[in-house]
Amino acid sequence: MSENRLTNILVPVFAVILGIIAGAIVMIVSGYDPIAGYSALLYGAFGDRYYIGETIRQVTPYILAGLAVAFAFRTGLFNIGVEGQLIVGWLAAVWVGVAFELPKVIHLPLAIIAAGAAGALWGFIPGFLKARFRVHEVIVTIMMNYIALYVSNAVIRSVLSDQGFKSEKIHPSASLRSEFLQSLTDYSTLHYGIIISLIAAVVMWFLLEKTTTGYELRAVGFNQHASHYAGMNVNRNIILAMVISGAFAGIAGAMEGLGTFENVSVKAGFTGVGFDGIAVALLGGNHAFGIILAAVLFGALKVGALEMPSAADVPTELVDIVIALIIFFVASSYLIRLVLTRFKKEGK
Amino acid sequence: MKKKRFGLSMSLLLTAGMLLGGCGQAKEEPKKEEGKASEFSVAMVTDVGGIDDKSFNQSAWEGLQKFGEENGLKKGKGGYDYLQSQSDADYATNLNKLVRNDFDLIFGIGFLMTDAITEIADQKPDNKFAIVDSVVEKPNVASITFKEHEGSFLVGVVAGLMTKTNKIGFVGGMEIPLIEKFESGFRAGVKAVNPKATVEVQYAGAFDKADKGKAIASSMYASGIDVIYHAAGATGNGVFSEAIDLKKQDPNKEIWVIGVDRDQYEEGKVPGTDKSVTLTSMVKRVDVAVYDLATKTKDGNFPGGQAVEYGLKEDGVGIAPTTKNNVPEDVLKKVDEWKQKIINGEVKVPTTRDEYKQFEASL
Amino acid sequence: MEYVIEMLNIRKVFGNFVANDNITLQLKKGEIHALLGENGAGKSTLMNVLFGLYQPDGGEIRVKGKKVNIANPNVANDLGIGMVHQHFMLVDTFTVTENIILGSEPTKGGQIDIEKAEKEVRELSERYGLAVDPKAKIADISVGMQQRVEILKTLYRGADILIFDEPTAVLTPQEIQELIQIMKALVREGKSIILITHKLKEIMEVCDRVTVIRRGKGIGTLNVSETNPNELASLMVGREVHFKTEKQPPKVGKPVLEIENLVVKDSRGITAVDHLNLTVHAGEIVGIAGVDGNGQTELIEAITGLIKSESGSIRLNGKEIRNLTPRQITETGVGHIPQDRHKHGLVLDFPIGENMVLQTYYKEPYSKRGILNFKAIYDKARQLIQEFDVRTPDEYTKARALSGGNQQKAIIGREVDRDPDLLIAAQPTRGLDVGAIEFIHKRLIEQRDKGKAVLLVSFELDEIMNVSDRIAVIYEGKIVAIVDPKETTEQELGLLMAGSKRKEAGVSS
Repeated sequence: MSENRLTNILVPVFAVILGIIAGAIVMIVSGYDPIAGYSALLYGAFGDRYYIGETIRQVTPYILAGLAVAFAFRTGLFNIGVEGQLIVGWLAAVWVGVAFELPKVIHLPLAIIAAGAAGALWGFIPGFLKARFRVHEVIVTIMMNYIALYVSNAVIRSVLSDQGFKSEKIHPSASLRSEFLQSLTDYSTLHYGIIISLIAAVVMWFLLEKTTTGYELRAVGFNQHASHYAGMNVNRNIILAMVISGAFAGIAGAMEGLGTFENVSVKAGFTGVGFDGIAVALLGGNHAFGIILAAVLFGALKVGALEMPSAADVPTELVDIVIALIIFFVASSYLIRLVLTRFKKEGK
Repeated sequence: MKKKRFGLSMSLLLTAGMLLGGCGQAKEEPKKEEGKASEFSVAMVTDVGGIDDKSFNQSAWEGLQKFGEENGLKKGKGGYDYLQSQSDADYATNLNKLVRNDFDLIFGIGFLMTDAITEIADQKPDNKFAIVDSVVEKPNVASITFKEHEGSFLVGVVAGLMTKTNKIGFVGGMEIPLIEKFESGFRAGVKAVNPKATVEVQYAGAFDKADKGKAIASSMYASGIDVIYHAAGATGNGVFSEAIDLKKQDPNKEIWVIGVDRDQYEEGKVPGTDKSVTLTSMVKRVDVAVYDLATKTKDGNFPGGQAVEYGLKEDGVGIAPTTKNNVPEDVLKKVDEWKQKIINGEVKVPTTRDEYKQFEASL
Repeated sequence: MEYVIEMLNIRKVFGNFVANDNITLQLKKGEIHALLGENGAGKSTLMNVLFGLYQPDGGEIRVKGKKVNIANPNVANDLGIGMVHQHFMLVDTFTVTENIILGSEPTKGGQIDIEKAEKEVRELSERYGLAVDPKAKIADISVGMQQRVEILKTLYRGADILIFDEPTAVLTPQEIQELIQIMKALVREGKSIILITHKLKEIMEVCDRVTVIRRGKGIGTLNVSETNPNELASLMVGREVHFKTEKQPPKVGKPVLEIENLVVKDSRGITAVDHLNLTVHAGEIVGIAGVDGNGQTELIEAITGLIKSESGSIRLNGKEIRNLTPRQITETGVGHIPQDRHKHGLVLDFPIGENMVLQTYYKEPYSKRGILNFKAIYDKARQLIQEFDVRTPDEYTKARALSGGNQQKAIIGREVDRDPDLLIAAQPTRGLDVGAIEFIHKRLIEQRDKGKAVLLVSFELDEIMNVSDRIAVIYEGKIVAIVDPKETTEQELGLLMAGSKRKEAGVSS
């Protein structure tokens, strides 16, 4: 039992180490200095308070996107639509942030709830189609991503601006930013969203592991027939899972809209945060606390990577390669497991 | 001050950062480098296009390189440098990074950087910033804009006179006021010399999607359009590649592309021949402007809080010198006539679709 | 004496669990050697060691007198050891020949020489009496045929020693007879066979010798001709086993389940249950006898609410429950031991503890205001594990890790513990060994004696005859006869199940 748990932790750790080693080899082969590259990466992610602030800021939506993917996954659904749910959440949050002027205690929660509701709606549609007509959620969520992207672009153009490319800035009463955090981190874009995302992780853990609702969701995820036999409403649970997953993703959008950018602009393509969320969930073992650690890693890699070109002349593309290699090694965790068991045997 | 109150937590964070930062690179808190105060350093942040976008990011970097070489600076910290952004979220981080590396003047290239520059200008009032293609009204920001409509008008004149089918295309990047300037000026130029010609306008929705540019160009050429003007950054590379493909299949086909921002004659070269599909290019001298501003700032004349507009008069926009390769003398003469009219103020080139309608009515 | 395989003092440990504790098995050339043991006794582990899937922690293996190290299944193949798996490893969309040659394809100029392969397959199948069509697709042939393909696969790779892992579990009685003939043909041709099984009947019929293991320990090897099923059963289980379950005459009470004119369609829309009438009283076990596919599954799923019925009436203690949801029916007092324990009975990836509250998790004390009370859940689980002798390392172990018999005991424990008025048991002993079967039968009778109504569905006539107080014969969706097990014979039941009319057909009630 505990041995198993140890393996579960060791596998992603080894995957990350292997990814970093493979990344170093790629750097050497392409004629760059991996030590300079990685120290630049580390410096760019944690080197001083400003960078730490930026890293935490980047970690925030990753945690929520990872939670969204993992929540659906734990209930047997593959939510590829986190990206789209995030976009509509972002739009809804900014909309509320721009359209109303309210006291902060009402305005900020309202904007976040609006984002969660928008994401939930975006998750409800594929959930409903799956439950009612057995349409595969992967197909529907992929399509919903595009609908989200272009609908939000159209809304930004025609409703939130006068044929412009971005909305106005949200009212300060809806903002997650704070002077305190900015002064703490020397004007980084760090905002209070990190607290929300940590709360969300606890919520997910509690909901899945400690409540009857979570029990049903997990049961349906593992075995729909047995859940039906046991008297659970399988269709209701499928829809519920997608709605909750979508709400997490929508709140991830609120982090961008109310914290990082404080507005929403026309997007030429996907933000990528939703898709990275799949990798975060995978690396984090679909567990709430694993996801936090995985999100920190991804956030640090993303933010730290910006330092690599200026400090070590390494192109940022290489960082994307390292990230891809890590995902590759996590996905091929079977191999690592095999090696680990071999090692254990040798040790005996 | 707040800073003092949180001194302890700051230093804790710092320590944590250093510990995590671990292996080497443990820089001292950036202090003014002693004895090197006289040296001037300058850097820029690109938008997502990158410095090889064959468009204004590249042009800006060329200007910076020229400035650097002429002043004996080295690429990198303390000299001249650039940072490329991977996504919108990176603008602020990259600008901050340059501030932390003590660059004396920091350019944000492209209107997408507007918000980020506005914000950081407030946070770092002692640093000098400049933005290209947008106006930020802050005392420590110099804004550079161009009268793209004027240049676009001139290439519109070329297109209107050179088209055989009387069908002309315009491919825009994103549908934003800036690109509307290109579109309106171009259409005005076409209409002014060839009222029979029609201009089909399409937007790709992005500045970095060459595949989309190629697809749009393909359908435009298929519908009989023979000249396409693109104002779409790297998306426009797709327009070139489609035109070159068509030209390779049928060397006698008369199709043209009008380049933007830089002289794009080289981009239009058909492999295996000495011909180019580039009819002309609307040159926006970002390099001149960047070089100019860097020089002024180095000499202590930073135009903070001002918006400098570069038009035909200032030679900030114009048509590329290679235009003569594909365009006959008489057309070039016409172009010169219109250029003079614009400089004299006889013709007011429209900058928006509404102004274009008025312009059309006035013809 | 010539042994082709000698496994001497094999020991295999998983964590703290000793799966094989110094087991010795010696296989003579040309014999059929049974490996007998309860589910979870360590049979599969031992064979996986022989086949190179596990490495032993102690002991040695000799093949034809030579000590060998079987590092992986390829080594086993090279040594002439082949395994016919219980769960076939075949590609459905490939033909018989393609499946057989998979991994060792004969090639000609870089292309698979399919004609040569087909010829070889045909020769092999004729030689051993394994009639198969080499060109048929796997998806189109019966389970029995697919098993022959598995056998041919090992023969094609030149196996001399064949391991059959529970080969009869998936076969019909006719197919079992055919398989026995095939096995006899194989040994005539000089092959040696290890037969993993817990069915005593088969051992008595085909095997020469038998090695019995119990809870990981080797109990001994016997000559089949010198033993009998009773001895084998007690060796396997470790105590006396009664094949005939003792029971008191029933104390029949009021009707609990009353079904009238019930019509149910199957998933293809064909009428599966056709105006069926049946009553089950408190304190009796009604066994439904019938050939598979005569509407048993649909009947039970309709009673328990898993599928909707078309018309008719189902009353429980006088209350109409037809087409209520499974939860409403469960709460009315129906317990259900489902036919397919993996599909319906358990969430295999849940700990056994959480499986114990599958229908009751939302009630106190297992949860309060939507928050689960794990202490109450696992207390209950421990109690049931103890009471129903579920053999598991602990209550946190995933249900998947338990043997079939222990999974079934867990399900029965759960269903019985809810104290339902009606207990439906669909094929409760399928795939289980004698010890578990005896245990389960006892529990069903215990429920009856407590005054519960029990409805038993089984394809095993032995079981129906043994346990039921009344037997209802189902044929084409109708109850065609109700008979008393004491006054009928297997022959008569067999005829009724095949649709022949009975003189005084007691359809009523």
